Amino acid sequence: MAEKPAADQEPSLPQLPKSPTGISGFDQITEGGVPRGRPTLVCGGPGSGKTLFSMEFLVKGAVEYGEPGVFVAFEERPEELTKNVASLGFDLADLAARKKLLLDHVHIERSELEVTGEYDLEGFFVRLGYLIDSIGAKRIVIDTLEALFASLPNEAILRAELRRLFRWLKGRGMTAMITAERGLDEATLTRHGLEEYVSDCVILLDHRVSGQISTRRLRIVKYRGSYHGTNEYPFLIERQGISILPISAVELRHHVSTDRVSSGISRLDTMLAGGYYRGSSILISGTAGSGKSSFASSFAAAACRSGERCLYFAFEESEPQIKRNMAAIGLDLGAWTGQGLLRFEAARPTVYGLEMHLVRMHAAIEAFQPAAVVMDPISNMTAMGNPREVNAMLSRLIDFLKEKGITSVFTTLAHPESTEETEVAISSLIDTWLLLRTVEMSGERNRTLFILKSRGMAHSNQVREFLITDRGIELTNVYIGEGLVFTGSAREAQEAKDRAEALARRQEIEQRRRAHERQRRLIESQIATLQTQLDQEEEDLKMALAQMELRDKARSVSNRRQEELRRADAVDERAGSTGRGRGKEKHHG
Amino acid sequence: MAENKSKENAERVGTVGETGALRRGSKKAKYELRLYVAGQTPKSLTAIANLKKICEEHLRGQYHIEVIDLLKNPQLAQGDQILAIPTLVRKLPEPIKKIIGDLSSTERVLVGLDVRPPIP
Repeated sequence: MAEKPAADQEPSLPQLPKSPTGISGFDQITEGGVPRGRPTLVCGGPGSGKTLFSMEFLVKGAVEYGEPGVFVAFEERPEELTKNVASLGFDLADLAARKKLLLDHVHIERSELEVTGEYDLEGFFVRLGYLIDSIGAKRIVIDTLEALFASLPNEAILRAELRRLFRWLKGRGMTAMITAERGLDEATLTRHGLEEYVSDCVILLDHRVSGQISTRRLRIVKYRGSYHGTNEYPFLIERQGISILPISAVELRHHVSTDRVSSGISRLDTMLAGGYYRGSSILISGTAGSGKSSFASSFAAAACRSGERCLYFAFEESEPQIKRNMAAIGLDLGAWTGQGLLRFEAARPTVYGLEMHLVRMHAAIEAFQPAAVVMDPISNMTAMGNPREVNAMLSRLIDFLKEKGITSVFTTLAHPESTEETEVAISSLIDTWLLLRTVEMSGERNRTLFILKSRGMAHSNQVREFLITDRGIELTNVYIGEGLVFTGSAREAQEAKDRAEALARRQEIEQRRRAHERQRRLIESQIATLQTQLDQEEEDLKMALAQMELRDKARSVSNRRQEELRRADAVDERAGSTGRGRGKEKHHG
Repeated sequence: MAENKSKENAERVGTVGETGALRRGSKKAKYELRLYVAGQTPKSLTAIANLKKICEEHLRGQYHIEVIDLLKNPQLAQGDQILAIPTLVRKLPEPIKKIIGDLSSTERVLVGLDVRPPIP
């Protein structure tokens, strides 16, 4: 016991030496793997993947880290094990031949066993020691140690011996993985309480079935002296082995592109200021029958038209059905499949579990190497597990697609009353989100489109109506009135109304203009009349003045003539007589 | 004759850890027994002594004992699926029977070897 037991759990401890497991994702969660030179307990129910997990730990250790390993199996025979893990690409026979891995089968038949008196497990120790020494093993797996409890009586002896076994393994510096069956009740990790002996690292594997769909999860129950993720991590058994999905460990370092790819709908491209970004993820959500598949197919056809490969995952409809339906709106998908640019992968989500779907999709993408991927619809995935798991799976998938620079279009069914809430979970993973809605107005349902978000591009904020025509999807002109976008026949009515109103306005203007003209002419004629009157007036005035002048002249001539005739006064006197006379009166009065 | 045999058997029991050297006359033995031990521990020695006594008392002339020390021959643990020490393996007659422990109960050993029917 050179090493001090890490029971004190001081945070100031230097980083615990760790052995990488090589299991993708696990070393990230644990920041390096399992504790080196110590036993790790892997517990889980039947079929939870304990054997595979520990086998991969051994195989990766032997192949990638140069640490030979011993696999002691209590339940499966070496031939069976070899066959079972061959599907994961582990060639145990070859590893055994190269002395990198040893398989041993421990088998005890309870029926041929009798016990009398005391015993110990020295035989097992000797056997392990012999196996370890024969290839210089650094790692060992004992799967499933608890089988001993079923085979050997006298639990007290067994427990003492197991305690000794763990000490012995530690003493030999073996990085060990011991698997154990999950306890029958949720409170106990293992059926026989092995966790009490293994205090360094305990991993719990779980294989739950909900809604007839199974999902696998992993949780690190305890890891002395080390930080570790405490969440439940979904994991998959993939072609390359176990793969854990540590979402937090996802490195957001994709190559981003400013290239645009067409959505297949020219006016939509305009709304997006040029189309989708290459390698981005697009979510098209909408209610039933709002045209999601048509949008997705338009995108697929556009990709093919530009000579790129597109992979279409159909989770609802079969390939011929999609082709028929899209042919009706002028998209000849059959031509593209014929040219090998388009490929369909159709399967009901409920056929496989969540992980199988991921595996299938990965495999299909790797095989076809598409530039564009359509998944129609992803909302069906929720049938495979709870939203959190689906979310984890999708994030993993989207990450994978982004890493490969694949433009991906996902459709999702939204319920009318929760259009924008349902997909909140995955919205953060989505770059461009189109919302399709049917608007009910004046006895008809019409389809509208709205760009809910589009990262990194100036996009239109307008709600647009679109029509699914036999030439594909067409975005119509926008008619807005009273704060609403008019759609369908309401839009047509509005258009007609607008036309009528325009005509009426033109007519009114014409009428007003004519009325004014009339008025003007009337007034002008009045002005002319008045002018004539005025001229007349002036003429009359002139004439009158001339007459009066003549009259005045005539009178003065006649006055002088009278005076001359009467000769009554001197000319001078007579001239001022009237004034003087009055002055005299004043004077006297 | 019988005395000779028992003497021979006694000798074999004494050769702890020697294997493969006991071909002579072994085919005649009805009970082919192997006792696995790991070093000369008290438990091992008790088992050897108990086995000798039981065989002499109940199977005289019909048995053959081989004692295997796993510390000397660790590779032999695999063949007979030995975990517990001491383990007595009845190789013959078939089927194989195993009795683990220090063989302190004669009754149980005899039942285990099918010499006597199980105690009701």
